[in-house]
Amino acid sequence: MKKYIQISNAEPVDIHDVPVLRYEDFCDTVIVLLKDTQAHIISYHAYKHQGVLRFIIIIAHDKTCLLYVTAHELYLQFFKAIHSLVPDIPSIAMYEREICENYGIDFIDHPWLKPVRYPHNRKNKLHEIFNYPFFTISGDEVHEVGVGPIHAGVIEPGHFRFVCVGENVKHLEIQLGYQHRGVESLFIDKLHPLQRMILAESVAGDAVVAHALAHIMAVESIIGYIPTNRIQISRTIASELERIAVHVGDLSGICTDIAYQLGSAVFGALRTPIINYIQSWCGNRFAKGLLRVGYEPYPLTTALLSNLKNVLQVFEKKYVEISDKTFSQPNVLNRLQKTGIVTTEQGLLTGATGMIARTMDINRDIRLTHSYQYYLTSKPDKAILEDGDTYARSKIRDLEIRNSIKYIYTLISALEASTDNFDKYRDNIFGYTLPANKLVVSLTESWRGETMHAIITGTTGEILQYKIKDASFNNWIALAIALRNNEISDFPVCNKSFDLSYCGHDL
Amino acid sequence: MFFLDTYQIIKHQGKQYIPDITKPVLPDTYAMGRPVISNTITDDEAKAVAKLCPTSAISDTPISIDLGKCVFCKECERMLGEKKIHFTNDYKIATNNRNNLIINASDNATIQIDDNVVRKEIRKIFGHSLRLRQISAGGDNSTEWELNACSNVNFDMGRYGISFVASPRHADGIVISGPVTANMEEALQICFDAVPAPKIIILAGTDAISGGIFAGSAALRRDFINKYSIDLFVPGNPPHPLTFINGVLDLIKKKNKLLSGM
Repeated sequence: MKKYIQISNAEPVDIHDVPVLRYEDFCDTVIVLLKDTQAHIISYHAYKHQGVLRFIIIIAHDKTCLLYVTAHELYLQFFKAIHSLVPDIPSIAMYEREICENYGIDFIDHPWLKPVRYPHNRKNKLHEIFNYPFFTISGDEVHEVGVGPIHAGVIEPGHFRFVCVGENVKHLEIQLGYQHRGVESLFIDKLHPLQRMILAESVAGDAVVAHALAHIMAVESIIGYIPTNRIQISRTIASELERIAVHVGDLSGICTDIAYQLGSAVFGALRTPIINYIQSWCGNRFAKGLLRVGYEPYPLTTALLSNLKNVLQVFEKKYVEISDKTFSQPNVLNRLQKTGIVTTEQGLLTGATGMIARTMDINRDIRLTHSYQYYLTSKPDKAILEDGDTYARSKIRDLEIRNSIKYIYTLISALEASTDNFDKYRDNIFGYTLPANKLVVSLTESWRGETMHAIITGTTGEILQYKIKDASFNNWIALAIALRNNEISDFPVCNKSFDLSYCGHDL
Repeated sequence: MFFLDTYQIIKHQGKQYIPDITKPVLPDTYAMGRPVISNTITDDEAKAVAKLCPTSAISDTPISIDLGKCVFCKECERMLGEKKIHFTNDYKIATNNRNNLIINASDNATIQIDDNVVRKEIRKIFGHSLRLRQISAGGDNSTEWELNACSNVNFDMGRYGISFVASPRHADGIVISGPVTANMEEALQICFDAVPAPKIIILAGTDAISGGIFAGSAALRRDFINKYSIDLFVPGNPPHPLTFINGVLDLIKKKNKLLSGM
């Protein structure tokens, strides 16, 4: 019998094709698969169906460019506990915590099955957001500093608990859940395709294109719509513009946190032409409404394309100037270098993904390994650094902005050469239904990292489970590690250099 | 060298600020302006768009669009055509009267602040300076980015004496974004209680005003919003910085003084 199936990104399969193994076999299979350092967990989640809890794991392999999927089941009437996989696979810890919180499954030998996000439908209602079990250290000189959920700046809420000796942080624990809006269950409740589309755009408002595109790819693949080359190119342009816009905004934030006023103001101002271009394209500075299933609401016309070239030309000149200045400024380097280090080994153990992984010499980029849309045809340059410090997390943004500009020019030429017709709005554009008993896993690379939308449909095509994973889910732990043995005053710049999503984690 | 290249960068940036924040014209493609609804829409058409609307912002018989619920996806405009429903580039859509956000057929007047409802102390005490504490309660970070942008070199809200502060003790009011999650309910209340009176409440974004696409989710608890009277509704998904700044200026009547003074 097959131990697992192999699928590609956004390739739907019949749910019955996924092998359901005995738990011992499941563990053995997963351990063997993950021995390979080129493989990592995309998601491990469970869903309840007719009294059975089915656990599905999705493992990405970066060399074969495939996703390995396998499953096991528990009869909820009889079993409530299984052995944890954490002793063998540390990076599975968060996924087991999530399953425990949602369904009350006890993972024996898990180091600490703490709540993850306090969802409204959690199993144990005694767990409340104000009684989170923080890790504590005792000692004469040890003190705790609690920050949040509401922070000093205009940002999303989350609680940070520092255990310090003097100004030195010995341990940081991050408690999230304040942003929980019930997104995953709303995908099941909201029946109209447009509602689901709007919902996908609202998962994380700073990664609209990545989440919307992940949703679109999942739905389009499952209903059998093949987008034209033209649509694929313009979607790819949107992804890269979003990357540039947020990266340059983050560089401004990092400069603010190290009190480098020139960088703060100039990077901040440079974000404006990019998001204003997105606004001139689709009417919204965050690209909400830009992407839809099955058609192109805002085709990139010749006028828009030439405007894009102008915007990029002016942007690039001004950007290179301030970025060269910033990254050669001794006072900037002094604050960023060797601050908040996360090592490659720590990154691999915790399962870091996306941009953060690439600052620790872990080459994980869905655009390159599990390509989608126009990334299948032409790939952007790779950016990878190895120090894992705040400098690397800033510099990688610089590299990626430059790569993206270069790549967008390639995309523009490809679009100009395209002879496809615009796939315009048609009557009954939302009139599709999802086929029955399908599983599809759709991955995109947001500026943060891998973004997964996975859909499982039931016997009448209803959505049994809609699972979302933002790269933040994997990377919050890296921020906690980065702060160890750092000054507590370095927290703001460390936090900004990660810039993880609260709502993308809390869902 | 040090000063020379710094000077070069500053020179290349030029003047970034918008001289008169009440005047900029957004492109016609702007999606989050005030809609205009034609009175030629038939009952069937009204029913069709009402059914299509993802957040039930559109009512049929007679047709109207509630900007407090609208997520500005413009699918209704796309379905019926620009001649029937058209979202204009008029971004001045903030108001203190919830009913002013409901746009009926043939309405083509700008959305105004209802002067009769503005509390006296708001203009008297906050007319010269207003400090705000922002609270994200389930906001998806787009509204937060836009509120931050209000203080950048382009929009520069600080020149009008309006800014965001870290401590609620220093604030004159709160700005809420997001649909208000149950998990943030307590923190929101504690923060609001810590703001000294008199104080104002501003709701930024459709999610905050009505819950938006999240309305009805079991993970929300909107008692706080229903308990207090709201001083300013700023629609948008997310609200444009121009919408927010102009709304606040209208509320505290800073604009007239400023224009006559400059």
